[in-house]
Amino acid sequence: MKRRTFLQGTIASSMVGAAVSAGLLTPRMVLAAWPESAFSAKSVDEALNSLVGSVTHSASGDIKIKAPDIAENGAVVPITISTSLPKVESISVLVEKNPSPLAADFKLAANSEGFVSTRVKMGKTSDLIAIVKSGGNLFSAKKEVKVTIGGCGG
Amino acid sequence: MAKKSIRIRAEIKGDVTEVKALMSHEMETGLRTDKKTGEKIPPHFIKEVVCEHSGKQVLLANWSVAVSKNPYLSFKFKGAKKGESVKVSWTDNKGDTDTDEETIK
Amino acid sequence: MKRLLLIAATAVVVSAFPLISTASPEDDLKAFRGYFLERFPNVPLEEFANGVYAIDASSREQWEAIEEFPPYEIAIEEGEELFNTPFKNGKTFASCFRNGGIGIKSDYPYFNTKSGQVKTLDVEINDCLEKNGEKPWDYEKGKLASILAYMAYTTRGQIIDIKIPHDQRALDAYEKGKQFYYARRGQLNMSCAHCHVDNAGNKVRADLLSPALGHLSHFPVYRSKWGGLGTAHRRFVGCNLQVRAKAFKLQSEEYRNLEYFLTYMSNGIPWNGPGVRK
Repeated sequence: MKRRTFLQGTIASSMVGAAVSAGLLTPRMVLAAWPESAFSAKSVDEALNSLVGSVTHSASGDIKIKAPDIAENGAVVPITISTSLPKVESISVLVEKNPSPLAADFKLAANSEGFVSTRVKMGKTSDLIAIVKSGGNLFSAKKEVKVTIGGCGG
Repeated sequence: MAKKSIRIRAEIKGDVTEVKALMSHEMETGLRTDKKTGEKIPPHFIKEVVCEHSGKQVLLANWSVAVSKNPYLSFKFKGAKKGESVKVSWTDNKGDTDTDEETIK
Repeated sequence: MKRLLLIAATAVVVSAFPLISTASPEDDLKAFRGYFLERFPNVPLEEFANGVYAIDASSREQWEAIEEFPPYEIAIEEGEELFNTPFKNGKTFASCFRNGGIGIKSDYPYFNTKSGQVKTLDVEINDCLEKNGEKPWDYEKGKLASILAYMAYTTRGQIIDIKIPHDQRALDAYEKGKQFYYARRGQLNMSCAHCHVDNAGNKVRADLLSPALGHLSHFPVYRSKWGGLGTAHRRFVGCNLQVRAKAFKLQSEEYRNLEYFLTYMSNGIPWNGPGVRK
């Protein structure tokens, strides 16, 4: 039986109360369900469908991806996603050619700036895709990052 | 966790606080094979990072195994003052957690 | 013999009995440094401490992004804790070094005239452990690398200034290190110099070869490839294996002599460990 994944904020409070008192869910876990099927999806569209319920996103010049053209080491690729779009609710990072493209999903509070920086693993040359949910709509940007095999046994 | 696994730096410039955090964690993908046993090394990674200020969640990060080992995270937010603190907590797929707080400078 | 050493010790510029060598280390250093400064004319001497990142803008940008909050910071903290934790007998590492062990990585490696061997900081740390009834640590990574990270950190900014005492054995150790560096080895039949001198700045598949000048300034090093910290000798082993040569033991005489030669060749460049590399 497939476990139901709860989206943030859509759980009926009575269910929550029962589950918490039964010791099945800690309050923190209730509010932050890890999107398992999105993370195990094998394609960008599958992941987006699972994560945000849509594959429709418009390319936006207001999303900047800072990532190397050629990654020095595919295991540690420093990336920064910044956007001037208003009311950013989430920023999702996908590595198109990774076995499971969805690498990270960031949920931003109202006072959070449209900016996240982290380091990701890229298995091979691939598009790095940023999906930004702003004002209820999805926007995207992408950048190709080349990942190579080194000569020094790397 | 006996050892501290989170290091935080928080700096405020104007009305924007920039937080940088470095965490110690294997972030094992589950795709690697143990050369000695031939078995796949099971995944061991941080699934969730919660960042708070004044008890309110500023950022929630859901991570996969594709985040690099000894993960780094940086984000920005408004509404804080110098001297207040930010808190970063992580939970991994084994249920282990750690948390740390840092003063905004 | 003692009188001659005394003369050398008082730094009077007198040509004492000539030591046997093909060229003096000072001449070698001038030639070595001059070669790299000419090969990379836009790179100031101190920048060579940053290796590949001194000669390639794209990888430098990635390195700077990682240096914003480098993964070796974890090791520096671990190292500091190890350094300050007393042994079972109550003493600490500070008792084994001058200045309480702070900012002294620059003393190493040095030629120990008593033992007639090159002494590295790695071995000194293990000597300190054993002297105080503790078990020695592994020379590849782990605790030793972490404590080295801390000691490198407190030494940052000092200028590399390795001395070769007026002692035939010291000069021999230096020469052996130099010969090792320029000798072909392994199935690929290449020497260290082939890649890091002759081809510094060129590519090996997609890897940019770092210049030998400044090579040991930034150890111990967190390599993304290792997913952790490692010592200089760990890297020597890796490099030897990469040309499909049989590697020597960590802290073997061969590698200690190599470290002696290589560090001397970086005299004048700042100590800037621990470092982070791909």
